[in-house]
Amino acid sequence: MAIPPSDRWLPKLVLSPTLAASLLFVYGFILITIALSFTESRLLPNWEWAGLERYDELFDNERFWVSAKNLAIFGSLFIGISLVVGLLMAILLDQKIRGEGFLRAIYLYPMALSFIVTGNAWKWLLNPGLGLERIVQQWGWTSFTFDWLVNPDRAIYTVVIAGVWQSSGFAMALFLAGLRGVDSEIIKAAQVDGASLPTIYRRIIIPSLRPVFFSVTLILAHIAIKSFDLVMALTGGGPGTSSDVPAIFMYQFSFTRGQLGVGAASAVMMLMTIVAVMVPLMYAEARSGRDR
Amino acid sequence: MAMNRVSRFFLYFMLILAALYALAPMWVMLSTSLKTLDEIREGSLIAAPHAPTIEPWLKAWGTACSGVRCEGLKPFFLNSLLMTIPAVLISTLVGALNGYALTHWRFRGSDFLFTALLVGCFIPFQVVLLPMARLLGAVGISDSVFGLIFVHVVYGLAFTTLFFRNYYIGVPGELVKAARVDGAGFFTIFQRILLPISGPIFMVCVIWQFTQIWNDFLFGVVFAGSDSQPVTVALNNLVRTSTGVKEYNVDMAAAIIAALPTLLVYIVAGKYFVRGLTAGAVKG
Repeated sequence: MAIPPSDRWLPKLVLSPTLAASLLFVYGFILITIALSFTESRLLPNWEWAGLERYDELFDNERFWVSAKNLAIFGSLFIGISLVVGLLMAILLDQKIRGEGFLRAIYLYPMALSFIVTGNAWKWLLNPGLGLERIVQQWGWTSFTFDWLVNPDRAIYTVVIAGVWQSSGFAMALFLAGLRGVDSEIIKAAQVDGASLPTIYRRIIIPSLRPVFFSVTLILAHIAIKSFDLVMALTGGGPGTSSDVPAIFMYQFSFTRGQLGVGAASAVMMLMTIVAVMVPLMYAEARSGRDR
Repeated sequence: MAMNRVSRFFLYFMLILAALYALAPMWVMLSTSLKTLDEIREGSLIAAPHAPTIEPWLKAWGTACSGVRCEGLKPFFLNSLLMTIPAVLISTLVGALNGYALTHWRFRGSDFLFTALLVGCFIPFQVVLLPMARLLGAVGISDSVFGLIFVHVVYGLAFTTLFFRNYYIGVPGELVKAARVDGAGFFTIFQRILLPISGPIFMVCVIWQFTQIWNDFLFGVVFAGSDSQPVTVALNNLVRTSTGVKEYNVDMAAAIIAALPTLLVYIVAGKYFVRGLTAGAVKG
């Protein structure tokens, strides 16, 4: 068959803008950011070599460690609680429920909202004077206090509350899809053998959801590490810097404090965190996929 | 599975409780946005407004101050539309062609190319912000809606290509080969064979991109000028701009206004939204 000559190069031509954009704006820009982190750059890029000075500055900065610790607290609680709540909701929904589609739609709608909207909604709900605290007091528990939003030791946990509210429906949707894929023959066989429902879930169904656990964890970890807008809207990193996260640190040092070099170094640390979380997870997933 | 009535009741109780938990914040936002400040101060957080007023909505839309501008969210809502619609269309179309070329016109290295493109889905955008800010400034499109469209297209391509590539890989290669034997070229085959069956994936991709771009805050806050801010950035400024009394009702009305387009999309086409989320998940 005669292939028109244009068909040889057309597919490549079609892909070339995307390839160029990726090479330049993803790979190239990552390299530039890495390079910047090794320079004397302050307010403006300054390509004078500075070795590891910017990293020294970063690691000497107490605020950076506060943000790293907050990310660890927020990330682990956010992922853990979303997984548990999402799985529980999926199992409950999987019991041949009337109105399942409707309930599912309700559980998932927060995912359509911007984190800025979610953050503002919860900022209002958790308002110490007028929010939840006052409702509980109006209900008769007059000594009840809930001041996490303005309490430096607790502020990061309000981010967890809002984040879980937004994302647990998403975990639910993925788990539900996974539950629907479990082989019903195996479940029937177990029932014939006299296994109780909780046992079937614990021993057969939940272990078979392993790949879903991997992908949900992967995506939630990704959301957690990048989280910026939710914290900006909810606490703004405050009180003080008590609920700072790396994304806010990076933004402020790069764009409001004129510390390009340190900002670049913190961006590189964020990239490395993502790689450190993603690569083992993806490797484990690929390996468990081979075992099956 | 057999279940007695008590546990069945408990099951529905839990499910309804979870639904109330999901809906409560939206209810509180809505009822707060329809109350007067006096009622907010004196009444209960979760009570429905006694005498609903749309005053806060009018103010949030038209006269509330966001930063130094006191024109409400309206101009920024328009910015978001001007930014989102072209960015969604361009990134989706290019993604469709990419997905088509990567599946039915494979060449040496095309699989590697796809994997290399996917990295764009995983990077934290912080790692490209600084060079991009310089570039937009040098080209003269920083502080403009054009700059934002450009950025959203560039960093959306990895996702849109992924969507279409995963969809088109399920289309039998024989179809395309037969058409090629008949002398049809690259674009003819795309138009006659692939496009007619692409409805669902276009829905998924458009909805995904629309939600992502409309809801974006990071690119907006870094790359937009005061006149080109998207609505998410304006909302954040509006809530933080305090001149005298804090107007919670206006804040809540503004938050709902900013959320309306994506909520509407979710209500109308929720099925595709969920599919996009799960498709995005499979990438892991």
